[in-house]
Amino acid sequence: MNILFYLAAGIAIITTLRMITGTNAVHSLLYLIVSLLSVSVIFFLSGAPFIAALEVIIYAGAIMVLFVFVIMMLNTGRDGVRKEHELLKASTWVGPGITSAILFGEMLYMLLTPSFHPMNRPGIPPAAVGALLFSRYILIVELAAFLLAAGIIGAYHLGRIEKRSHHRYLKKEEAAL
Amino acid sequence: MTIPMEYGLWLAAILFCIGLAGVLVRRDVIFMLMSVEVMLNAAGLAFIVGGAARGSADGQVMFIFILAMAAAEVSVGLALIIQLYQTFKTLDADSAGGLNG
Repeated sequence: MNILFYLAAGIAIITTLRMITGTNAVHSLLYLIVSLLSVSVIFFLSGAPFIAALEVIIYAGAIMVLFVFVIMMLNTGRDGVRKEHELLKASTWVGPGITSAILFGEMLYMLLTPSFHPMNRPGIPPAAVGALLFSRYILIVELAAFLLAAGIIGAYHLGRIEKRSHHRYLKKEEAAL
Repeated sequence: MTIPMEYGLWLAAILFCIGLAGVLVRRDVIFMLMSVEVMLNAAGLAFIVGGAARGSADGQVMFIFILAMAAAEVSVGLALIIQLYQTFKTLDADSAGGLNG
């Protein structure tokens, strides 16, 4: 039990340190994803399997994919293709690969040991979280909906790339359109 | 049998400090945004561990709100990064120092 926690905590600290000390954005992103996965293992051990699943799906899945999209958008062209070739080398993925293999081993161990199976573990059931979310915290749920709507509109507005014309005459013409 | 609360809180504090150091030290905007994610995640870890120790579901509810906030923050932040790159052709945060005024 405790050795699982120490292993996941050690992986979280090491991969986060590698993340902030890296120079390549994609390498750091891989380490950040492994760090989020190890924190998800700790959530599972603390009796919050629902939150552990949310962490993997939303944090390590959706939000990190946004980062990947933007990083890929920012370096395009021939330089980007050369970088892609560099990323396929073993030195890129061997660190994140080994650490996530350790986490995978932990997951297999927990699934195969009956006392660790999610059905048998004590903890707070997701139903209690949902009931609390939509009774006492209903106002904050609505405020979070406002925040997400504002985030969508803000991202759309800020993310538009304006076309720049360097000719004064063309600029006047484009403004008229 | 769950993990002791102190160790979970220590881990949250360590991760938060690493993220804070990342924000303060790095000058690349993408790295700063990733470090902010680490800090938010550490705060969520503290909520979960504290909620598990008290046996209440409030910590998990708070983590869901942190998740929603992080999603909104990342989408706006990445849009700002794209605009910064379009304007200055660099990701250095110091290049935007002339924005004041």
